[in-house]
Amino acid sequence: MRKLFTVLGVLVALHLILLLVEPAGASKVATGEGVDVGIVFDVGGRGDKSFNDGAFIGAERAQRELGARVRFIEPGEGSDREAGLRLLAAEGMDLVIGVGFIFTDDLALLAREYPNVKFAGVDYAVALDSAGNAIQPPSNLVALKFREEQGSFLVGALAALVGKSKKLGFVGGMDIPLIHKFEAGYRAGATAVCPDCTVIAQYAGATPEAFKNPGRGQELALSQYQQGVNVIFHASGSTGLGVFEAARRQRRLAIGVDADQYSEAPGYILTSMVKGVDQAVYGAIEDVRAQRFEGGIRQLGLAEEGVNFIDDANNRSLIPDSVRTRIEALRQDIIAGKIVVPATR
Amino acid sequence: MSVIAFLIQTLRIATPYLFAASGGVLSERSGIIALTLEGWMLTGAFCAALGSFYSGSPWVGLLCGAGGGVLVAALHALASIRYRADQVVVGIAINLLAVGATRFFLRLAFDSSSNSPRVPGFDWFSAEGGASQQSASVFVSLANPLVVIGLISLPLVWWILNRTPFGLRLRAAGEKPEAVASVGVSVARVRWLAVLLAGVFAGLGGTYLALEQHQFTDSMTAGRGFIALAAVIFGNWEPRRVAVACLLFAAAETFQIRLQGLQLIPSQFVEMIPYLLTIVAVAGIVGRTRQPSALGRVAD
Repeated sequence: MRKLFTVLGVLVALHLILLLVEPAGASKVATGEGVDVGIVFDVGGRGDKSFNDGAFIGAERAQRELGARVRFIEPGEGSDREAGLRLLAAEGMDLVIGVGFIFTDDLALLAREYPNVKFAGVDYAVALDSAGNAIQPPSNLVALKFREEQGSFLVGALAALVGKSKKLGFVGGMDIPLIHKFEAGYRAGATAVCPDCTVIAQYAGATPEAFKNPGRGQELALSQYQQGVNVIFHASGSTGLGVFEAARRQRRLAIGVDADQYSEAPGYILTSMVKGVDQAVYGAIEDVRAQRFEGGIRQLGLAEEGVNFIDDANNRSLIPDSVRTRIEALRQDIIAGKIVVPATR
Repeated sequence: MSVIAFLIQTLRIATPYLFAASGGVLSERSGIIALTLEGWMLTGAFCAALGSFYSGSPWVGLLCGAGGGVLVAALHALASIRYRADQVVVGIAINLLAVGATRFFLRLAFDSSSNSPRVPGFDWFSAEGGASQQSASVFVSLANPLVVIGLISLPLVWWILNRTPFGLRLRAAGEKPEAVASVGVSVARVRWLAVLLAGVFAGLGGTYLALEQHQFTDSMTAGRGFIALAAVIFGNWEPRRVAVACLLFAAAETFQIRLQGLQLIPSQFVEMIPYLLTIVAVAGIVGRTRQPSALGRVAD
């Protein structure tokens, strides 16, 4: 027991020393060339073929094109996320990026603690005050948010035009407002081009595990296809892989999310609603390098190419030209503000 | 038709529960708390995907899946039987280990922290056979050998427990290990065998998930091991009642999937049914439940 306490004591002491050490580069000013960037990934880390990989691609591009020096930290399960951010901030990075809404509170805290370091939060969850107004993040923190509902609107219209069915499917992961955004946009898009279409929306569960349950995703999708749905849009993490499996079995179509998911079930993926995480990360690094970084909330929608849907050599044959024209017209209407896409259901 | 579709879907959802609960009954009746069902399943799923991918045969995947379950079960047995560690602590540790280890090896083997490539599964009636018709999908589900094995797994466990000398010793080890020891039979050996056999069953449950999905994905068991454990407790550690509990939980889930479109009941509510029922059962409201008296107790 005594030994255990000794070891524990040494570890705690080491930890405290590390926290108190004045970081060598803390007061370093960005020189304009070769910025130092630190990125902390969300749980799942690199290789998730989605969110984290998107951030990685953006950072790699910045490394190549802007000469940025990038350090990555992949926290495991649990609470060492804040430690990762803190480590990078204390090392005097010019920019520290947290990938995922899970970093929201930690970023806000550290941005106040390290006013000379710039922070960016991908999918940063902006809180509302009691009057319903967004609480602005600290001035050295930029919240990179995506208008998922706009991208979802376009794939909803696409699904209604291509699906040849009055019923459309939606499979969500965890039943939370973030995912309702996808559903609301999808529903609005579908009814915009097909007023008497209905969307069957189902969620895989009420816990975070709902994002990692492909077995449940498959059952939900199978029951939707059996009800006459021809296209299902999923916003459910790896639960969606079960939706693709069902599409393959039933020879119907599914729509991927976040990244281009064509390769998960070639021929059965109508398109994917993608978020430009790579572009957002690259843009943030570029801003810091050009010394035009500004804190605040940045909403990346169709106009900023923060969201889009995949239309390339793989799935071109699935989308008729007349449909493509119609969708592009809708895109322009949204960018011009003629169509306002709801973000809540 | 929709009634048949409902039953088939219930059966598909119940299969992993039936497997895992079989393992749970064997392990718990021998006196070892089966808190690690989740970890056994997850490891089984991963090993099944690995085996099926590299060999190209789902049968090899099936063997690997069972082997993966046994591997983690052996670790559990080693810690809780050989080294007499607290079974609850060991159980939690092994579940965490399984999540981390499968992800680590997933990264090592396929360079992805999310999912494996597509692996062969049991599709004897492939999509080309016209699976879009509902009638076809009924047979597709039943043609999966794992569904069939899953259906007979709890009857098999009942037979082992009640009709074989090993079953008698196993039950005794869980109720009164001193009695087993007094007739010269090693309690440790009986428990070891029970836990390893439980690992086979739970591993097969994971195998079903991986091969049905044609890939392994990170944490794909999503709490099914705990639902199975709830079924074991709700079923009073008695294979026949446990089987009914598994089917009941699966039916509730199917019901929820079918009802969700209508938005009659909040999904959160349906999701808590298995656990709520278990609490009700343990509180003694639906008949009396009694756990094996030596459950979790170190023998010898």
